[in-house]
Amino acid sequence: MSPGVLTVYRWELRKLRYQKRTYLGLGAAVIVPILFVIATHFRHRGPEDVPFGSYISRSGLAIPLVILLFGAIWMFPLITALVAGDIFASEDHNGTLKTILTRSLERWQIFAGKALTAATYGIAAILLSGTVAVIAGCIQSGFNPLQSLSGTVVSAPKALGLVYTSLLVYLIPILSIVCIGLLLSTITRNSAAAVVGTLMFSLLIQLIGILPGLTGLQPYLLSTQFNAWQGLLRTPIDWAPIIRAAWVCALYGVPALAAACLVFLRRDVAGG
Amino acid sequence: MSPPGAVPVEVRGLVKEYGQLRAVDGVDITINEGDVYGYLGPNGAGKTTSLRMMLGLITPTAGTVRLFGRNPIETVHALEGVAGFVEAPTFYPYMTGRRNLELLAAFDGAGASERIDEALHTVELADRAGDRVGGYSHGMRQRLGIAGALLRSPKLLLLDEPATGLDPAGMRDMRLLIRRLADHGMTVVLSSHLLAEVEELCNRVAIVRSGRIVYEGLISELKRGAGAVYRLATTDDERAIAICRAQPGISEVRIEHGHICFTADEPAVAELSQALVEAGALIHALAPQTVTLEDLFFSLTEGTAAVTPDGPLAEVAQ
Repeated sequence: MSPGVLTVYRWELRKLRYQKRTYLGLGAAVIVPILFVIATHFRHRGPEDVPFGSYISRSGLAIPLVILLFGAIWMFPLITALVAGDIFASEDHNGTLKTILTRSLERWQIFAGKALTAATYGIAAILLSGTVAVIAGCIQSGFNPLQSLSGTVVSAPKALGLVYTSLLVYLIPILSIVCIGLLLSTITRNSAAAVVGTLMFSLLIQLIGILPGLTGLQPYLLSTQFNAWQGLLRTPIDWAPIIRAAWVCALYGVPALAAACLVFLRRDVAGG
Repeated sequence: MSPPGAVPVEVRGLVKEYGQLRAVDGVDITINEGDVYGYLGPNGAGKTTSLRMMLGLITPTAGTVRLFGRNPIETVHALEGVAGFVEAPTFYPYMTGRRNLELLAAFDGAGASERIDEALHTVELADRAGDRVGGYSHGMRQRLGIAGALLRSPKLLLLDEPATGLDPAGMRDMRLLIRRLADHGMTVVLSSHLLAEVEELCNRVAIVRSGRIVYEGLISELKRGAGAVYRLATTDDERAIAICRAQPGISEVRIEHGHICFTADEPAVAELSQALVEAGALIHALAPQTVTLEDLFFSLTEGTAAVTPDGPLAEVAQ
């Protein structure tokens, strides 16, 4: 069978298994919800000033939703950037780009395989963190019905479904972060610069959102799209923020991905 | 499928510019099947840049590269039957040697994975294949690089300084390995600083200076073009020098390390010896000096000599 994108994808996933940063990111995705649950256990109450914060002592299913809110600030962008920012830059660092580019695969196939891997890692981190938060939350506060943002009570099984659907909606801005990480990885050819750069980009967008006089921009900021899932937790479901998240994130992600691809396809491999 | 009759490497008017710097300047090379081709030049002469362009890693500013008739910049399929490495071969340090080869074989397809054991055996790394590459010595990485190249069952092997950093035993082993591959009919392009190695292994060379080729052809022709250098000691060197300078067919007369040295062909040397004896300058020693590739390399790359009026070295000096 001729090698193709799936060959690269499989090997990139295999390579992730050998790298510490993989476990650093996934470890954080696991540990943070557990630490959060332990902290709320000893405080006997949750953060009151965020949606679902006041419900976490009544339903464990509120905990993954609160984690999503806090995680959007830096944790999930950082975890995502750990691989997206590194996946091309590490080839430059190891000098291995010339090794893989002189085999039987076209450059676009290598790019596609790596981009899929970075996206897979981001998705895995979010789903893993969400699952750990659900389990830890239910151990702490029970598998109980959840009160929606509209005040209606949602049964526990239905709320669980909504939590996982929220995680999927949360992946939309995460994939944009992946694209930005890939762009910085191809441009900077430096892993640390690309990882930090991706995180700084995410923080900068949040900063723009809180600057006075720029509130009109808020619906179009990437950081705002991390809250789009809240539309699912209203009765009836508010699809508007989710639809907006889809196209706003596409506006951030698609050009970044296209630019990353072009840079990779056209670059001279004069070093690594 | 490569076009029938296509030569392994055909480079025409190859240029690479980095801003104001012209790293490769109009290189023309034809490498025929079965050649073991030396690509020589001092550091910064543009050898590695040329090899990178041949492997499709760098886009030329101008000119074309064809490997078996296909352009590696246009399609990676041009690299079918081609393997090698530029600068040091590189691998993922956190994976074992075998795992690295498995990755490369997967990227090659076409049954390359079935050749892993054979390749490891050929480069004598089978017993260390389970160790992480991060713990390999430089020599082991070089050999793993060759193993990675062999997975592709290449007809053309491009090697950039394969013996650099190796100890004498490693250099000998590498030389033997390249010789063995060449004996199996593989066309080999060898960029090297080790001129004795090139002289021993290669039948043809290109010598580059400042991005330009200053000689391209058979090593034997290069040596022939340089003419023969002789060393002379007599009972009366002053008179001998005067006779040498007056003798037709004798040139480049000079004193080196206390001996008279000159360039001449054999008939001229016979006439000179007779003339010396007739003039009373009796000969203590008259011996030809062997011209090595190294001598010629420095003459060409440093532009210090033009030994024959019509030979390639004369072109350099012009």
